[in-house]
Formats: sequence, C-alpha cells, structure tokens
Amino acid sequence: MNDMSPEDKKPSKLAKWSRRGFIGAGVLAGGGLLIGIGVRPGNPIGSLASKVAPNAGEQLVNSWVKIDMNNVVTAIVPHCEMGQGAHSVLAQMLADELDAAWDQVQVMQAPADGSYVVSDTARLFAAPFTLNAADWLEPTWDGLFTQLGKSMDLLITGGSSSIRTTGQYQMRIAGAAARQMLVGAAADAWGVPAAEITTRDSTLTHEASGNSAPYSEFASAAADQSMDHTPKLKTRDQYRLMGRSKARTDIPAKINGTAEFGIDAEPDGLELSYAAVVRPPVPSTTVTAMDASRAETMPGVLQILNMGNFVTVVADSYWQAQQAVNTVQIEWSASDSPVRTMDDQFAVFAAALDEAGETGGNQAAARGDAQAALADAASNVEAEYRAPYLAHAPMEPLNCTAHVADGKCDIWTSTQVPLMARSEVAGTIGMGTEDITIHHPYLGGAFGRRLGSEYVAMAARVAQATGYPIKMIWSREEDTQKALYRCADMSRIRAGLDESGAMVAYDSVFTQRHDPAEACVPAIYNIANTSVRVAEAELHLPFQAWRSVDHSQQGFFIESFIDEAAHAAGADSLDYRLAMLQNAPRHKAVLEKVAEISGWREAGGEGTAKGVAIVESFGTIVAEVIEVDMSSGKPKMTNCWAVCDAGYVMNPDGFRNQIEGGIVFGLTAAMYGELELKDGAIVQSNFHDYKMLRMNEVPNIEVALINSGDVPVGGAGEPGLPPAAPALANAIFAASGNRLRELPIAKQFT
Amino acid sequence: MASFILNGQPVTVDADPAMPILWVVREKVGLSGTKFGCGIAQCGACTVHLDGQPVRSCSTSISQAEGREVTTIEGIAGPDGELSKVQQAWVSEQVPQCGYCQSGQIMSATALLRDNPSPSDDDIDAAMSGNICRCGTYTRIRRAIKVAAGQETARTEAEGEEA
Repeated sequence: MNDMSPEDKKPSKLAKWSRRGFIGAGVLAGGGLLIGIGVRPGNPIGSLASKVAPNAGEQLVNSWVKIDMNNVVTAIVPHCEMGQGAHSVLAQMLADELDAAWDQVQVMQAPADGSYVVSDTARLFAAPFTLNAADWLEPTWDGLFTQLGKSMDLLITGGSSSIRTTGQYQMRIAGAAARQMLVGAAADAWGVPAAEITTRDSTLTHEASGNSAPYSEFASAAADQSMDHTPKLKTRDQYRLMGRSKARTDIPAKINGTAEFGIDAEPDGLELSYAAVVRPPVPSTTVTAMDASRAETMPGVLQILNMGNFVTVVADSYWQAQQAVNTVQIEWSASDSPVRTMDDQFAVFAAALDEAGETGGNQAAARGDAQAALADAASNVEAEYRAPYLAHAPMEPLNCTAHVADGKCDIWTSTQVPLMARSEVAGTIGMGTEDITIHHPYLGGAFGRRLGSEYVAMAARVAQATGYPIKMIWSREEDTQKALYRCADMSRIRAGLDESGAMVAYDSVFTQRHDPAEACVPAIYNIANTSVRVAEAELHLPFQAWRSVDHSQQGFFIESFIDEAAHAAGADSLDYRLAMLQNAPRHKAVLEKVAEISGWREAGGEGTAKGVAIVESFGTIVAEVIEVDMSSGKPKMTNCWAVCDAGYVMNPDGFRNQIEGGIVFGLTAAMYGELELKDGAIVQSNFHDYKMLRMNEVPNIEVALINSGDVPVGGAGEPGLPPAAPALANAIFAASGNRLRELPIAKQFT
Repeated sequence: MASFILNGQPVTVDADPAMPILWVVREKVGLSGTKFGCGIAQCGACTVHLDGQPVRSCSTSISQAEGREVTTIEGIAGPDGELSKVQQAWVSEQVPQCGYCQSGQIMSATALLRDNPSPSDDDIDAAMSGNICRCGTYTRIRRAIKVAAGQETARTEAEGEEA
C-alpha cells in the first residue's frame, strides 16, 4: 500500500488511508482492504481492465467512469436494472459532476466482480447512521464496509438505495474526481493554472490561451494525476443534469424487442437444451418416489432427473420439457409443519400474540410508559389486523441459463445479487467462486424476489448433472406456488386517548420483523408513550423481502389504526394526523400538500369518499389520498393523489414513474393479493387466481414532489407502496363505515 | 414442418404442430422480443399479431399459423427502421420500467389503434385489460395510446425541470 501516511500504520487501531488517493486507490498492504478501483500500480485494475475497458485507447479514469478515444463517457454502474431506472440516473449523477455531454454518455453494467461491491449500500443496511456522519468520506468506515461488502457478497440492488447510496456517495465523487484529473492533466500540458480551466459538454477550455480540447485528449494523461478523494461537488444551482427529467437510456431497447433479459440468454457457441422443473408443493419436502415412464416416451426429451428436492426434465425445447415434466408422477415426503391452512397459520400467530399478552415479546421500540398511559387514558382503542402471504410475481418467470464445463461455470440470469448468486452456485456445485462467471442482463421485474438465488443454484446443478448447457425456466405455476414469499402476519394495536381524543399511548405487538427495523414504529407521530413489541412466530412459507418489505404490512397496520383512532376521537383523519406531526415539519408539509391537491376538504361525488395515509420509508415521505366510488356496493378506485418528499429528486419523471408503480403494486396487493393454503400447499397458481390490477381497474394517479432540501436523498422504488393499502381501506371506511382489518379487499365485497 | 410469414419473411421450421407460436418464434427462429409470462393467455406478454389480429402466442399453436402472417414486436417498425407511432409514444411518455411486458402492450395497442384510430377510455380498457404490467405503468400506457392517437400532445423531455 503506497498511500498510507506514517501515523496510520500504527497497529493499535484500524488503519486509515491518507487523504490522497482515497478514490481509485485503495489497496491496503497486509489488510487487503479495498475501496473502489483505481488506475494506479498495485491496484486490481489489471484484471478488471479487460472486462470494462477492453478496447485499444480506452483508459479507465476510475472505477465508475471510462472515457474512450471518441470522447464517449461510459458510466460503469454497479447496480442492476430491473425497471427502477437506476442505470440512467446513476449515469446522470456521474455525468453532471464530470460535466460530460449527455448525448455522449453510455451506461455499462459493471461485471459481477468482487471489486464492484456496493459498499455504500452495505453501509446503509448495516449501519445507517454512518451515512449521515459529518464526514461521510471517513476512510475507516468506507474501507470497513467495502471489506464487509466483499466478504458478504453485497453486490446488491434493493432497499431503494441505488441513488441515495451509490449515486450520492460514489458516482458523483467519481465524476467530480475524474473531472479534476482531466483538468489537472490539461493544466500541465497547457502550462496554465488548473483554476482557469473550465469544463462543459466533455470539453476542456482555457479561454485566455485559446486552448480547448475534448476530454479524450487527456484521458490517458489524467490517469497519472493524483486523485483528490474529496473533490468539490456541485451545489444545486450548478446542476445541469441532476434534478432534470432526462429520458431513460434503457427505454429504446425496451420498445423494439431488443432489450435482453435473463430469459433471452443465447450464449454464443452454445447449443442450449431446456429444463423444466417441479419443486415440492409443501416447503422443505423431498422426492420419495417418481414415475416418469410417460415422460420418457415424449418427443424431445433428453434426460429426466430426480434432484432430491426437485424433479427436472431436460428437452430440446422448453415447451417439450414442460409438457413432459407435467406428466411425471411424484411423491413427496411428509412435512413437519403444523400449518395446513391459513387458519392454522393465523392460529400460530394468535398463539404467539396471546402468549406475549399486553407486555410480553421483544421490545422493538419504547418511549415513555405505554402500559401506564393506556391504563390512565380517558378511552382506549384496540384493533387486530391481518396480512396474507404474497408472491412477487415478476413478469419474467424465474429462469437461469447455466453451462458447466472444463472446471468453469458460466451463468446467465436475472438477479439482484450476482455475487451472492455466485457464492450459492459455488457452494452447491463444489466449485471456487473464481471459476464461476455470472452474466446478468436486464431483469424482467424482481421486487425482492431476485434477492434469493435458489433458482440459480438449481440450474447449475442441472447443468453439472447433465453436462448440457441448459436454460431452466420455471412455469408461472412454479413461480407462484413454490418460491419465496412476503410473510403473512397479524398485529394487535392498542391506543390510549385523552379527553380531547389525542393519542397519549400506543402499543403494538406482531410476529414478523425483518427489514427495515424501524418499519414497525409509528415514529413520525408525536405520541408520548409508545411500545412496539415482537412476539416471534414460525412461518410456514419461506420468507423473501418483497417490495418495501415490513412497510408493506406495517404501513397497513399502523395507518389503518391511526384512522381508527381519529374516528374514535371524532376528528377528521387528516387533521388528526396533522395534529400529531407538530414536530415533523416535512411530514406535515407533505400531508398538507396532499390535502390541497386531492381536494380533501371539498365534498366529493355521490357515493365517493377519500382515505389518507402517510408513511416514511427508505428515506422518502409519501402521503397518499385515494378516492373510491362505493355506489355499486363494491369499491371502485377513481383517483389517487400522492405527495412525496425525498429531500431532492434526481430525475423527477423517473421518480414519479416509480411512485406510480409502487402505488399500483400496493393497490394490487390490497385488492387481490392472497395466497391460500390447502394441505400445506399454495392454492393460487397463475394470474387467473393470483390476480393483478389491470388497465380498467387502476385509478388516475397524480404524483407531486417536494424538494425539501438539506436531508439525505431518499429512495423511489419502494416508498410509493406502503400508504396505498391503508389509504384505500380508509377510503372504503369513509364511504361505507366498513372497517377493513385484513387484506385482500376485493373478496370482502363479493 | 411449419411454414408461415414472420414479419414479412417466409419461414419454415421443424416443429411439433402443437408447439405454441411463442416457443417457435423464440427458440426455433431466435426472435426473443416476444415474452413468456404465464403460458395460459392471462397476462398478454406474448401478444403477437396473426393476420393482423392480436393473439396470445403462448396459447396459439404453430399449426394455426400455417400459411398466415405472424407479426412480432420486431416487425412493427417501418421498413427503414423508423419507429411506429405507438413506439414513439412509448418513448415520449417514458412508459417502460422493467420493460418485460411492453412488447405485448405495444402489440395490443398497435392492433387497437389500427382498428380504432380514436379510442375512448372504455375502448382502451377493453383492448388493454388482457395485458398485465407488474411494474404498474398503466397510466402511462393509457397516455401513450392517446398520444399515438393524436388525442394528447407528446411530452417533450422536460429539460431543466426542477422537481
């Protein structure tokens, strides 16, 4: 390590880097710590360069940007693109700081290499407070988390984090540093002060001397410049690309059939065979017997394999494989789960809540003395809520193409976690990660489902067992019934109100707490006495984070309950919330704005009513008002107004698109989302019975944004979802007096 | 053997007559823009045109295409590659998110506008409700159809927009 200052070599504390060379440099002698990838000797750039800058004349300026001889700037983006628009916006952030010409900016998916670990995303998940540290470039933290990220394979896309972590803390820095280095190289060559050189549209200019050159002219020389690890970033008034609704770079390929998703993989030189699978209908059971005699006679069938925890047919085409595997008679081992139906599952939850009683369970948050305040309150409000299991149901069914040959394994798949998938494959087929390459094109939706990698490991096993390069595709039925799920849960909430109806105590107990840890806490509201408890209970179906994770059920529980309390207090439900937000000016402003744009205080049409909910999640505050028309006796959603405060929005149109999508995702779950169990197996199988909202059912959606300023930038992908279900249920209550305490809604009106 | 016209070109492939058009087009011909979503004509991701009419290619056998014209997403741009009005509107309204369902959405919208150049909201509901978008881009799809129909003005990129 050539960048350590003497005092940092003291062995008694975690080593720090010197300020110089923080970006791009970053190999710590002896410790192996790495932050980013640079261009200096001794860095892993040698092995990486062939992957990201393979062409002659291409010069890596640093790990997240390259500038080629045609003056094309390529932003090398570590996150995957699953519809959230991260590729475009991350490039926008980098290009703005670099003063690059936007029409000459390209986006490249970073390869699944350990050096691209998304350290700031790891940091956000592991220790969110560090991101707000006074000096976020504190090398100790960053180095530590890059190391942590590498060891934990955290090249992940999730948590609505790409812009607010990688964008804010890496892409912008990378762009600004690259710009400084280019300026430095030009200053040296022209013999002028760097401070007199201006940059714009990928061009360096020194007005006094009349010198001007494209960035490409100094791309090579810039690599020899010292790197300033705290390059000056632009202030908002200097932004040229950030805060603008630039068109997404991935859209042209997505309207003409050329965008490549995982399922489209056709690797050069490989003659693919196709695998269809049958997994156990009840989780954690295995094959005890199978009869494949009919499948053996079917056209195109190459191999039929009992893989222990699944059966696969490999054939010349996927359709033939699926037809054949459908005929295989399989017996599965008995499950030791006590849950055979959803009634059983809710009984398990209820037993845990009963046992916890009014004070038991693990304390997740506490303020004041909730139990005493409940006892002393003028009145109490109590309610019990239920949320069902949900499937992610991305439009691209789970699939993976795998080739295992000559001690190497190549994988092509849609994944949110390429490095974790690599590790899972390594562990499954007994190969080192260095011999496994993950190719990961666009994802046809994910919503958390592709944070799990069991389908990748399965494909690798089949490829290894058959020797064929195979493309494994799950049928929609497999995807719906035998995957990983948003958990079901039950929550019991009590509140104490004073004589005026104000909430003075709040107590909740539920059974599932996954992520984010604060989702279960009504922290935005000023309630003097709060107790939030978890009484853990077993899930029958395996858990996987689902868009907005715990907020997806907790948003419904908490915001439905606040509405109930408002009703008990005889207050307007929006005003009741405002009164509890005295100490939360941003939340108050969001709620006031949504009241304004939705016409909250004006009478609606005959048979219609509005409901409201507000949830802060992933750094963004979102309030939604939903209007329903109950005149037919069934809820018809007519309008939805959303107001969001993410601090600052990097691409307003892209942000709005994400919020619109989050709302539809949330309303789909609220109206229809449910997985029932029969004999321990999921009943719903495809879109005819696991229903999605369709064109004729979605309300008009209007999204307004507030840039409230000096706060960390919030996320976009998930925060639109949590308020949707409670706002809808609250609207139905307002229209009909029918308080809905469980989801989904539609079946309660048949 | 199955013979049909694919995006204007005669094609002959060796395929089981019962094989759905979807898999013939994807695996035998190698055009991957048409997507598999559900396999039972419930989601519309696989929508193609058969003699100009939208069909769910996951549930339409190749034998039904014998001698007929099949048009996929790859075949709706102009001969010089110029984007169709529907495609242009999909760009101007920035419709796609993940994009996986959008081939099918565009094929359904294209068929709608050819038969009904000025559709009402109810017409759009009727023509488009067979296509699921899990990302939830429905409001943008509706707007894009109206833009393609000339009922609404295309948004230009909002340069300089501050949220």
